[in-house]
Amino acid sequence: MTEIIHDIGRPRAAPGLGLAGDAHVGLLRQVLNILTRSPLATVGASILLAWSLLALLAPWVSPYPPNRIDVALVADPYPSAAHWLGVDHLGRDILSRLIWGARTVLTVAPIAVLGAVVLGVFLGLVSGYRGGFIDAVIMRIGDTLLAFPKIILYLIIIAKFGASAFNIIAVITLSSAPIIARIVRGVTLDVKNRDYVAAARMRGESALFIMFVEILPNARGPLIVDFFLRLGYTTIAIGVLGFLGVGLPPPDPDWGGMVKEAYGMIFVWPHMTIIPALAISSLVIGANFLATGLREASLDG
Amino acid sequence: MLRYSAKQLLNMALTLFAVSFLVFALNELSPGDVARKILGPYASESQVDHLTVQMGLDRPAIVRYFEYMGKALTGDFGDSIVFRMPVADLMFDRLGNTLLLAAISFAVIVPLSVVLGVLAGMRERGWFDRTISVFSSMCASIPEFAMGVFLLGIFVVWLGWLPGTSPLRSDSGWAIWMQFVLPVLVVTFYDAGYLIAMVRSSMVEVMRQPYIRTALLKGMSFNRVVSRHALRNALITPFTVILLQLNYLVSGLVVVETLFAYPGFGRMMLEAALAKDIAVIEAGTLIAVSVTMLTQLFGDLGYMALDPRIRV
Amino acid sequence: MADVLAFENVSIAYDHRSGRQNILRDVSFTIADGEALGLVGESGCGKSTVALAAMRYLPRGMSIVEGRILVEGRDTAGLTDHELSRIRGNRIAMVYQDPMSSLNPVMPIGRQLMEVPLLHGETDEAAAFRRAVAMLEEVRLPGAAAMMERYPHQLSGGQQQRVVIAMALMAEPALLIMDEPTTGLDVTIEAAILELVRELRAKFGTAILFISHNLGTVARICDRIGVLYAGRLVETGNIASVFHAPAHPYTRGLLGALPRLHGGRRRGRLRPIEGTIAAADRARMGCAFAPRCVYAVRHECEERPVPMVPANGSDAHLARCVRLDAIRASAADAPTIGNDEPVAGDAPILLSVRNLTKEYKLGGMFGGTGKVVRALTDVDLDARAGETLAIVGESGCGKSTLAKIISGLLTATSGEALIGGTDVATIPVDIRPPDLRRQVQMVFQNPDSTLNPSHSIAYALTRPLRLLRNLANRDAKAEVSKLLAQVRLPADMAERMPHQLSGGQRQRVAIARALAGNPGLMVADEPVSALDVSVQAAILNLLAELLESSQLGLVLISHDLALVRHMADRVAVMYLGRIVEYGPVEQVFAPPYHPYTAALLAAAPTPDPDAEPPDRVLEGSMPSPTDVIVGCPFASRCPERIAGLCETTPPPVRRFGEHRIACHLDLDGTPAQPAAETGGRVGIRSSIS
Ligand SMILES: Nc1ncnc2c1ncn2[C@@H]1O[C@H](COP(=O)(O)OP(=O)(O)OP(=O)(O)O)[C@@H](O)[C@H]1O
Ligand code: SF4
Ligand code: SF4
Ligand SMILES: [Mg+2]
Repeated sequence: MTEIIHDIGRPRAAPGLGLAGDAHVGLLRQVLNILTRSPLATVGASILLAWSLLALLAPWVSPYPPNRIDVALVADPYPSAAHWLGVDHLGRDILSRLIWGARTVLTVAPIAVLGAVVLGVFLGLVSGYRGGFIDAVIMRIGDTLLAFPKIILYLIIIAKFGASAFNIIAVITLSSAPIIARIVRGVTLDVKNRDYVAAARMRGESALFIMFVEILPNARGPLIVDFFLRLGYTTIAIGVLGFLGVGLPPPDPDWGGMVKEAYGMIFVWPHMTIIPALAISSLVIGANFLATGLREASLDG
Repeated sequence: MLRYSAKQLLNMALTLFAVSFLVFALNELSPGDVARKILGPYASESQVDHLTVQMGLDRPAIVRYFEYMGKALTGDFGDSIVFRMPVADLMFDRLGNTLLLAAISFAVIVPLSVVLGVLAGMRERGWFDRTISVFSSMCASIPEFAMGVFLLGIFVVWLGWLPGTSPLRSDSGWAIWMQFVLPVLVVTFYDAGYLIAMVRSSMVEVMRQPYIRTALLKGMSFNRVVSRHALRNALITPFTVILLQLNYLVSGLVVVETLFAYPGFGRMMLEAALAKDIAVIEAGTLIAVSVTMLTQLFGDLGYMALDPRIRV
Repeated sequence: MADVLAFENVSIAYDHRSGRQNILRDVSFTIADGEALGLVGESGCGKSTVALAAMRYLPRGMSIVEGRILVEGRDTAGLTDHELSRIRGNRIAMVYQDPMSSLNPVMPIGRQLMEVPLLHGETDEAAAFRRAVAMLEEVRLPGAAAMMERYPHQLSGGQQQRVVIAMALMAEPALLIMDEPTTGLDVTIEAAILELVRELRAKFGTAILFISHNLGTVARICDRIGVLYAGRLVETGNIASVFHAPAHPYTRGLLGALPRLHGGRRRGRLRPIEGTIAAADRARMGCAFAPRCVYAVRHECEERPVPMVPANGSDAHLARCVRLDAIRASAADAPTIGNDEPVAGDAPILLSVRNLTKEYKLGGMFGGTGKVVRALTDVDLDARAGETLAIVGESGCGKSTLAKIISGLLTATSGEALIGGTDVATIPVDIRPPDLRRQVQMVFQNPDSTLNPSHSIAYALTRPLRLLRNLANRDAKAEVSKLLAQVRLPADMAERMPHQLSGGQRQRVAIARALAGNPGLMVADEPVSALDVSVQAAILNLLAELLESSQLGLVLISHDLALVRHMADRVAVMYLGRIVEYGPVEQVFAPPYHPYTAALLAAAPTPDPDAEPPDRVLEGSMPSPTDVIVGCPFASRCPERIAGLCETTPPPVRRFGEHRIACHLDLDGTPAQPAAETGGRVGIRSSIS
């Protein structure tokens, strides 16, 4: 009995997102594979990619400085060859403001979400793996935070500390982390009873190693989906804060703020409000489509 | 069931206690602010100090907290600086308006989402499912203020069919019911988008279960299987989420209220926050958190009633 | 009269993004009125597809591309949905593998039963109710009328399956399709369900299509059998003819791969079928089995389609193979017979467990229910170097709890587990000293969760090498190929991810991982129960080899008595957390028996059509582990119970040398000491120390 059994066997569907870290297929290929399988994900990714490129290249692609006021232009603020999307009530070029505004949103939102992910992942792992008292305490605090309607939480914090990019990030991180912690805790509770975790304990791995190396990678599917969903919600939240006048301080362009500033003039110059509203909607739609598409693709295995 | 409810109510009281203390602490750490706010920027330091002492604001925060809570339990939440009236009266007024808007929206959103979600989810990946999925995903992606701007652009600016503001006064030239149309529409689009997706995915999940196959292979028609076997199962998970919408509808409508100048609870909170009107913020937060927790409790109880497997 | 079901050259394909896949190819069979046909094959061979196609209920994307399916002479192809719904549940009814998920969780079972007559002609609710109650009595459910109000989750697995069977029989169908109806149930429950099916069949004369991966259950129920391989029928015939003279190499392989209850200990090897079904086999032009067949000859077997031909010169027994004559002439697969030399019994003791008790407290951290589950009660046993100690019993009897306490994944409530003089019963593995940790390693049941899907095979093997043997990264890498070779896997397997391996290969890696630290004792919890028969045989052979070439001790946990008979040196039979019988394997498998052991042996399905059906099957199921047991734990089900004694007094221990049985019956052993004086377990202890 020295023969070697060398059958390939029936390959099973990769778990999670289909991003199984397959040793033989590059990550990029896998991502492309998922994208081609789901038209929804493709559309979403394209929108996100387009806005990201514009934001990244803002200094080069934006036709005018975003804050340059030219009151003379207000006489005819509508879209024209010189100003593709028109100008606002101070004569500022709307397209340029959108492009620079994308830069703001696409910096603040991902940082806020990543902050929430880092905090949430850590708390969720500890809570789920340790269980018992620590779990009860962490979940209790999370529940209390979640009991605040989110918008009210923003209002309280901003009333106290004022509006700034940092405060917005902090608020979003704090209010999203409990949700991510719940997701990660759920995965952890499931995974920690799998045999491979028992095997890791039996060879003497430390608790930290087990949490971060054995358990965490198996949560990446739901985490990636949630990342994009949350990116969408956060974009909405930043927009809402801007619209309510408690967002990023002017004059730098912020999509929600642009809608607010021009809202009073919607009867005279509707394009000044409708165009930034479209911009923010498109970005959120991109993030949500990508998340939905990824989830569907992962369910198909 | 009774024991469970009692336990949850106790839990609720504890959380409310924690929340109120947090908000109080956050706002009262710098007592001088309050007097300064009341007296305005031109008052002298000594006037401010005098009022601070007079209002008892120089005593330790913890003492004032219990004093506040004691009064709050008797329904006295202090006076609003901005609105210049007792907070309790203000709340009653604004909450009433918001509850009206919330009730109408809820009555539209729930049947709509359940029907569309179930119809979409019963044949996974059929044309109807795909259409509804994309549609609901888009609705949930458009922020309320953007949706408001679009609808306003169409129905007010372009067609002129509806009023652009909803101050709930009949002297504004529009019937009161017409003033509700746009706010309800905006809320419905945004919230139903989310709920439809919830109901749909629960329905899809249920339709994949073996007991659905069992029912079909008993010789039951597809439509009957959906109504007799799938429906109740498919509503178990979304039930809690549906109830939680009440919570959004009560305290999350600030954007809609701002868009349409609707005199509601959310806008009051916004104005209070901008003006640092602490008494209003404190009382409003307590109300909002109580609503959240009550909906959670009812969500849990309903969940148990729907699913015989859950017993406490 | 027409056959109740006929498949005529049916091919079914599944269309998906990357093309068309054959699921069934050219499948033909008939089931006559009142006949029982068994369909066997390994997972993924297409058994369930046959069942669903008979109901004309195929998953989306699957379609019948060729052939006809006739129900009572009517081609089902042209039927409308309405016509189909008059056949489903009425002329053909189905029983499913997982009864819990086949019943609607939020509808009382009575309502679910009544739906069947109400759908098929009955208009009177009250009459439907009476028929449902009558049918529940027919399937021997106690308190049928009260049962009607219950929800599925309030029934045990066996009771749920009885409900599903009752539901299927409500309309007195001509054909009952049972797709793995007893898979996942305990052997005693399985035996009771199979008896019920035999009885009901005799009473109602219903024809049966019985689908199973277990040859033993088919032998007990069916008149004829069809063997399915990669979507093709490869052999059909009468049960007796196929089991006694299997013709196709695959059928021969399946029978040869099975450990036998009446075989001997493992000195002989099982005969695994090498390789696994590959997706590509379904598309082969010639014989689908060729890649795994030891008789394959390329130009004969692989170049043109292989027809069904008479085996043994009879049209009633057909096989799809071109080399039947050559195969019959070869004696290559004579069944395995082991030798039964008793074990010497003087090997050093690696582990001794004394009075081990484990209680789980129910409920959360605040205000638990106060109930206590007694998972283990006063367990005593020893594991020796170079020997296999098997622990056998039905699900929930505490086998895995015991394994986990030994390996430190759980801690005991009281009692001791000595390894090299140290009591580890209450030391969790995380804080065991490294050398103790190295001593005991574990192999788990489920090949899908034994390896972390996010990490490569190399990772799974280098980590224990580094942690348990302190090897540097480079040395560990070199050691990995040695370990892989030890479990007969090629070295390049190290680079693969778990999902690229078959279940059997993953289980081999798991064994290699357990071996990495050079343990003294390996605890294997149901290591092969999730694997197909042919793969299982190869793993058992591998374990047998390892045991012979080293002084490794093995604690083997299993519910499968034939497997235990084949592998074990010593056996402990557990019931409700207690060891009811313990001893060398050849003594435990011979009289005198503990009544529970006797019941297990009678219930075990053997792949032998001539085997007598069990004369008596156990009623009911294991009591809830929260119940407080005063007397004998088995008293509630024991056919030999001595009324008034067994329920109230703990049974004494009878000793026959090393063999011990805890029972009140006078089994001709040493005279029992009164239990009241010795407390029963003292007797057990003295017998082994
Ligand atoms: N819905 C489906 N879509 C695609 N392929 C399927 C589907 N259902 C089954 N298959 C494939 O069809 C083949 C036969 O499946 P089937 O479920 O009939 O096998 P089986 O013998 O009953 O297996 P098991 O014993 O594991 O239940 C398998 O290769 C399986 O992967
Ligand atoms: S046809 Fe050839 S390959 Fe197929 S089973 Fe017979 S001998 Fe083996
Ligand atoms: S003690 Fe009594 S009940 Fe228990 S096994 Fe023996 S005879 Fe049966
Ligand atoms: Mg199957």
